Amino acid sequence: MKIFIGFVKKEFLHIFRDVRTLIILFGIPASQIFIFGYAVSTDIQNAGIAVLDLSNDEITTEITSRIESSDFFVLKERLQSEKEIDEAFKKGVIRQVIIFENGFGERLQKEGVADLLIIADGSEPNVANLVTGYTKSIISTWVSENSNIQNSGIMSIEPEVKMYYNPNLESQFMFVPGTITIILVLVCALMTSITITREKENGTMEVLLVSPLRPIHIILGKVAPYLLLSLLVMLVILFLSWIVFHLPVQGSMVLLLLETILYIVLALSLGIMISTLSKTTQQAMFISLLGLMMPTILLSGFIFPIEYMPEVYNYLSMIIPPRWFIVILKNILIKGTGLAFIWKETLILFGMTIFLIAFSVKNFKVRQQ
Amino acid sequence: MNENVVEVENLVKKFGSFIANDNLSFEVKRGEIFGFLGANGAGKTTTIRILVGLSPLTSGKVSVAGFDVTKQAEQVKKRIGYMCQKFSLYEDLTAEENIRLYGGIYGLSKREILQRSDSLLNRLKFEQYRKRLIGDLPPGMRQKLAFSVALLHNPEIVFLDEPTGGVDPFTRRQFWEMIYETASKGVTLFVTTHYMDEAEYCDRISIMDEGKIVALDTPSELKKRYKTKTVEDLFVKIARG
Repeated sequence: MKIFIGFVKKEFLHIFRDVRTLIILFGIPASQIFIFGYAVSTDIQNAGIAVLDLSNDEITTEITSRIESSDFFVLKERLQSEKEIDEAFKKGVIRQVIIFENGFGERLQKEGVADLLIIADGSEPNVANLVTGYTKSIISTWVSENSNIQNSGIMSIEPEVKMYYNPNLESQFMFVPGTITIILVLVCALMTSITITREKENGTMEVLLVSPLRPIHIILGKVAPYLLLSLLVMLVILFLSWIVFHLPVQGSMVLLLLETILYIVLALSLGIMISTLSKTTQQAMFISLLGLMMPTILLSGFIFPIEYMPEVYNYLSMIIPPRWFIVILKNILIKGTGLAFIWKETLILFGMTIFLIAFSVKNFKVRQQ
Repeated sequence: MNENVVEVENLVKKFGSFIANDNLSFEVKRGEIFGFLGANGAGKTTTIRILVGLSPLTSGKVSVAGFDVTKQAEQVKKRIGYMCQKFSLYEDLTAEENIRLYGGIYGLSKREILQRSDSLLNRLKFEQYRKRLIGDLPPGMRQKLAFSVALLHNPEIVFLDEPTGGVDPFTRRQFWEMIYETASKGVTLFVTTHYMDEAEYCDRISIMDEGKIVALDTPSELKKRYKTKTVEDLFVKIARG
């Protein structure tokens, strides 16, 4: 055991001495979170909107022009009836419809309360959230300004928000599970395959094999640091998405970590398998990037929903571990469900892990001939 | 006490139908410098890989340091040192860290590692490089350090596979002084090389050709037998003839 720990220490030294490794480990996850989280969504400028004004009084006109004059929105259409809403959304030029109830201005002045309905296009959840959020804040600003000036008691507008498509905003925060899934595959499989083939290239692997270390210890020793660091990376991602995007972990943290460990072990065995198949670090990199990264990004359901894929791709995606892990993460992180809902996916990942380990062990022995 | 550190009997190694080692039999005596020569592809590296346990043999009997390499590999591994053609230290670790790592792998205690690394660095006059990364040291120095590290656990026999490849003549000379010094302490050295002047320094040499050992004796005896002036002439005569 002491021998093993010394060996693991050396692996940590390799990692900390190599700036590139550290960048891949921690820089990429952080930047991905920001890219997917921000760049993709915050840019709402001149978002098209429509207004359905059933009241058509002084106040509704004022609020409408206030919204219209902001940089965020462009009034594309004035609707006449609720029947036109569907068509307006289908054209795809508007992000939301703002509906003022009948007698809006009158009720606001008399009762101090009026109802406003915002219907947003939920097919792009991040955008929908931002659009409705901005609208609400513009309205509440207007309310507070006018309450003060007219001093006519407390006014309040209660905007109600509805999503037109995708009412539960199911793909909200999808980028977090997606990022975690990709990063873990990248870190675990790519890095382990590279670090093992590097020892082969340098000739140090032979020296290790000649030493009293058993092959299994060599492999475990090389892989253990990555298991720990990957878990750390996972926590960093969760922390970032909590701080920046206010995404809490809905489900059990223990279950989340256990599932993550399973997935990491799976990715590590993939890395070991790749290293047994490749002679040079370049080869290992190619196999990892083309054979792992691409399918993970394209077929895991991260970017393209699996339901909409042609059947062939749907079946193809089944052999890709990330497909199952994304489902697991989505369930634990966002829906807060327990093992009862994800036991099938867990079992599939478990089976894959066993298979890969068996394959790698067999291959590693054969290679030594 | 068995005075043969290596005993090889009828060793055969086949890769498919290709015979890399064709019925080899030889012994290496304790404390001798054994030169293992042969042209590229003659099967030297295959033999070394079998002796150190990296590669299984097809048939025959091989014992190293008194243990059978197939049945008692663990016992063999503890008693041998190995320095391969490629460089065997980690370039992104310091000299000290490399020593500590290999000491740890061979199960030396902390105190032993400390003592031995001190005396090792002292002997090589490397104290000032203790904290330097191996990658920053000149090749000759690294090679000498790699050899010392291979000796760290006091092995009975050290296998050196072309240890002086790509090293300047001056360092090569120093390296061979280290080899002599090591042999004088009773450690056996099993060396492959392409430098025929180095072969002259060996106690005994064997010359391999097409998987067979075609000559094995002291350099002077072989030169007399084949009527050549140098080992180089001898090698050309045998390996080409």
